[in-house]
Amino acid sequence: MARLTSRGIGKVRPGRGVVLLCAAVYFLLPLAASVIFTVDIPGQGVNFDVYEQILGAEGFVASLLLSLELAAATIALVLLLMVPAMVALRLGARRLRPVVEIVCSLPLVVPPIAFVAGIATVLTWGPEYLSTTPLFQTFVAVQNPDFPVVLVLAYTVMALPFVYRALDAGLRSIDVPTLVEAARNCGAGWAQALVRAVLPNLRGALLNASFLTLALVLGEFTVAQILKFRPFAVWIVGIGGSQAQMSVAVSVLSLFVTWLLLLAIAAFGGRTPSPTTTEK
Amino acid sequence: MTLTAPQPKADTADAAATVEFRGLRRAFGSTVALDGLDLAVRPGELLALLGPSGCGKTTALRMLAGFEHPDSGALLVDGEDVTRVPAHRRDAGMVFQSYSLFPHLSALDNVAFGLRMRKVGTAERRARAAELLELVGLGDKSGRFPHQLSGGQQQRVALARALALRPRVLLLDEPLSALDAKVRLTLREEIRRIQQELGITTLFVTHDQEEALSIADRVAVMRGGRLEQCSAPRELYADPATEFVAEFVGTVSRLPGRTNGTGAVRVLGRTVPVKSGSPAGEVEVDVLVRPEAVRVAADPEGNGQVVAATFLGATTRLTVRLPHDGPEIKADVPTADAGDFAPGVRVAVTLPDQSVMVVDRAG
Repeated sequence: MARLTSRGIGKVRPGRGVVLLCAAVYFLLPLAASVIFTVDIPGQGVNFDVYEQILGAEGFVASLLLSLELAAATIALVLLLMVPAMVALRLGARRLRPVVEIVCSLPLVVPPIAFVAGIATVLTWGPEYLSTTPLFQTFVAVQNPDFPVVLVLAYTVMALPFVYRALDAGLRSIDVPTLVEAARNCGAGWAQALVRAVLPNLRGALLNASFLTLALVLGEFTVAQILKFRPFAVWIVGIGGSQAQMSVAVSVLSLFVTWLLLLAIAAFGGRTPSPTTTEK
Repeated sequence: MTLTAPQPKADTADAAATVEFRGLRRAFGSTVALDGLDLAVRPGELLALLGPSGCGKTTALRMLAGFEHPDSGALLVDGEDVTRVPAHRRDAGMVFQSYSLFPHLSALDNVAFGLRMRKVGTAERRARAAELLELVGLGDKSGRFPHQLSGGQQQRVALARALALRPRVLLLDEPLSALDAKVRLTLREEIRRIQQELGITTLFVTHDQEEALSIADRVAVMRGGRLEQCSAPRELYADPATEFVAEFVGTVSRLPGRTNGTGAVRVLGRTVPVKSGSPAGEVEVDVLVRPEAVRVAADPEGNGQVVAATFLGATTRLTVRLPHDGPEIKADVPTADAGDFAPGVRVAVTLPDQSVMVVDRAG
């Protein structure tokens, strides 16, 4: 290990530089070209009119807010569902781990278009005799355009594979049964043991799961479009229209918005234990 | 480094608890972990649970902590049945085999964790945690996180954490097994010192007989989920109740002998008295002898031949083969004299005139 480390630090390795350069060219060149294309108008120099048009367009704030609300609700729901389940798998039901892993991986093999086709069929189904029942009312409520709960449910399912893997990696790095037993031995009940002893050590995993879910919700287009809702991704595609410069500008903007939000979560969550975690 | 207990013995010794295991049974599928364990721990004593892997010693300890539940039987602390009391209300501090400190908390906060659960005020719990860290010799490491502490230091913090709630019973589940030899030795002496200062009733699970014999007031040897013998270390070694205890604790050699029906046995050409339990009549038996009870002397006409010599420090352990493809017997000689007993040398093997243990002939 020490030998590997010292080699890594002491020696210039041209192979790595080449790989890094290739990756930078692959990712950054198109991005830079896109930005230049949207701000450099031939004959007029640099101006940001396209971006001003997008930001001033009707529905920008509303769709972005809707996406953020959906993301927050999805993150909360998927973590509430998965964290206790995965801790329980570590504590008592180890044999169910492969089953849960397969179930959580299923959304990866079902294309979103097939998934949303199924949802749409269920939502439009409704025989006459059910029209006065709570079931019908529920169908209406989950499709409320102000806050479409059905999207939260769909995104929760779609986020399962990523959340499962993020949490599994976090749980692998700690000895959950021993931590829970140590906490219980110190007088903590089950819930306190989970909140005080396990969750703080899963901070990185929880952040990763939240990152992935946020990115998924902000970029998801198919399900929202087919169910006729208008979160940020759908709005931004609509505003791009047929103007080449405008459609590239919306792509760049959506990338930056996602990055900014991910940075905000990282800054909010922190990454390493610091003296501030010491009890006051 | 201050090594005085924050709570003088009077505070806890008077309150030291008795612990009683009554007919505890527990099976995991077809594996029986405890098969009717009966054991009583006296107030303020350090009792070691010793036995091979799978003998049920850890299961017994975890039952007392509330992490396992018996299929039948009862657990009593100070005469009160705690069998159904949940783990977080057991009033038993435990130190685990694996490092169990909360990685996100400093040493001080780890020790204060239990007090926080009990809603003790911040100032009081910090003061108490600092006292306990002083007690385990880590007063200057209170701000360190577990990953900044060595294995031995982590187990010391775990010990302080286990003592923080002033438990009635202290449970130690092989706390030294992950540590290197030198740290083990120091820490086990520390554990004994603290246990005696606080006068707290303590159960110590180990599979290391030297560890058990060196620090425990009494040692309970377990086998197959049952108690074989529970005695003071000296008695356990000198007067084992069963063949299993004799062979598990320390080293014994088996020598063929024949009882004479009058409480003596003929072995190695002489007759020596038999400890209690001598079979009636003349029977072929195995005589169990400790290496230090065997006398060897260099003798070209002797009845044995040295086949190996193992250096153990102050003594050297000889393996001597008896004639006619007889058994091998272990004998300890002072290392200063070991030069006379190189492998291949013929020796005379004798037993002193002390009573010996006999068991049914093996095989």
